[in-house]
Amino acid sequence: MTAAPIETRPAEGGAIETDVAIIGAGPIGLFAVFELGLLDLKCHLIDILDRPGGQCTELYPEKPIYDIPGLPIVTGQELTNKLMEQIKPFNAQFHFSEMATSLEKQADGRWKLKTDAGTELISHVVVVAAGAGSFQPKRPPVPGIETFENAGDGIGVHYAVRKMETFRGKNILIAGGGDSALDWVINLAPLAKSVTLVHHRDGFRAAAHSVNQMRELEKEGKVKFYVASVKAIHGEPGKMTGVTLAGHDKSEWHHETDTFLPFFGLTIKLGPIAEFGINLNENLIPVDTARFESQTPGIFAIGDINSYTGKLKLILSGFHEAALMAQAAFHIARPNEKLRFQYTTSSSNLQKKLGVS
Amino acid sequence: MKIHAVDRQGKEHTLEGRDGWSVMEILRDGGLDIAAECGGACACATCHVYINDGWFEKLPTPSEAEIDMLDMALAVEPNSRLSCQVICSDATDGIKVTVAPE
Repeated sequence: MTAAPIETRPAEGGAIETDVAIIGAGPIGLFAVFELGLLDLKCHLIDILDRPGGQCTELYPEKPIYDIPGLPIVTGQELTNKLMEQIKPFNAQFHFSEMATSLEKQADGRWKLKTDAGTELISHVVVVAAGAGSFQPKRPPVPGIETFENAGDGIGVHYAVRKMETFRGKNILIAGGGDSALDWVINLAPLAKSVTLVHHRDGFRAAAHSVNQMRELEKEGKVKFYVASVKAIHGEPGKMTGVTLAGHDKSEWHHETDTFLPFFGLTIKLGPIAEFGINLNENLIPVDTARFESQTPGIFAIGDINSYTGKLKLILSGFHEAALMAQAAFHIARPNEKLRFQYTTSSSNLQKKLGVS
Repeated sequence: MKIHAVDRQGKEHTLEGRDGWSVMEILRDGGLDIAAECGGACACATCHVYINDGWFEKLPTPSEAEIDMLDMALAVEPNSRLSCQVICSDATDGIKVTVAPE
């Protein structure tokens, strides 16, 4: 008997019903779509990044990986592209730039997963393929900096610029030497009251043309640049009045500013998964090696986030874990159906699903 | 070969270095709290350390790639290095490092 695919549909109150909710759209979450798809299980994926690939595309898109079976050399971006191509027939739905924030069991035994963007997924199975957690902006080690975050439009500490207009007429302090820092210096300079850039050296990782543009603005007096770092933030929580800047020679001075935009890239924090009630051991989810299920039935963990005797944090291990997880997930999502184990090389049924026959 | 490492709590550890291994690997295996998210690919700046007591000058100069990646580290000082790019050898025996703040 062939399992009838359940169409994704909104449930009461706008929640989306699906077979499997996957947290994390890195290589392992993506391959899980393939293995689940062969068994006719529909997937929704949530990722805090704005694109698929996880660490592969965020940390090392251009770096070659040499230990993917059958691919002697592939970059993080290429591997992600190939996985996206491989899972295309299964039409998984992606929820990018969203963070999974809560997970609760419903009366009917299914799970309800919510995100910070208000998405609600109701599924038979939850697969945590979250790597080391969620990518979040690096927060400079300045005492009390968190009390100046979320202070409001154009004031306080911001790790991203959502609307440039909110920074019009403000005194802006930007820290960092990468493309984000320089791009925002250049883009905010025309509308800000003042823009000051601080960086730990008189050299930048950012693209040369951005650096040249910044130097021009500096020459024209539209941007100030100091080799310095922020040592303290002044004002009351939510209302920044200025910062203390320090140079490498230990000299310190006061700098008045309305807002502080640090751009040091992203780092990985476990995040709200720790609050889901899943048993954790040193920020990893212990699983069995037959099903890769956590100690909570129906919640699986694959890839770097899980732990078991002999675990190796390799992409290829995660692929294996995804295949076994899918078999176990099928029995939860389709309790009354028989799982037919088939090979893609010989099964016309699977080939039809893959759109190749 | 020894590595003297101060963790984020200020506690000093003496670890046994291994020829050809990176200082990051020794710190990580020694149980120090160092993220090293990219696993040593010079791609994340989360294995940032300060090199102390004159050891900075004794090390080979950092590569362009490391200097660039240090732009993504927090609280960078003139003696900052990414520990995945500092390789243990007889020449580094006794090196002193401090794990940088997160």
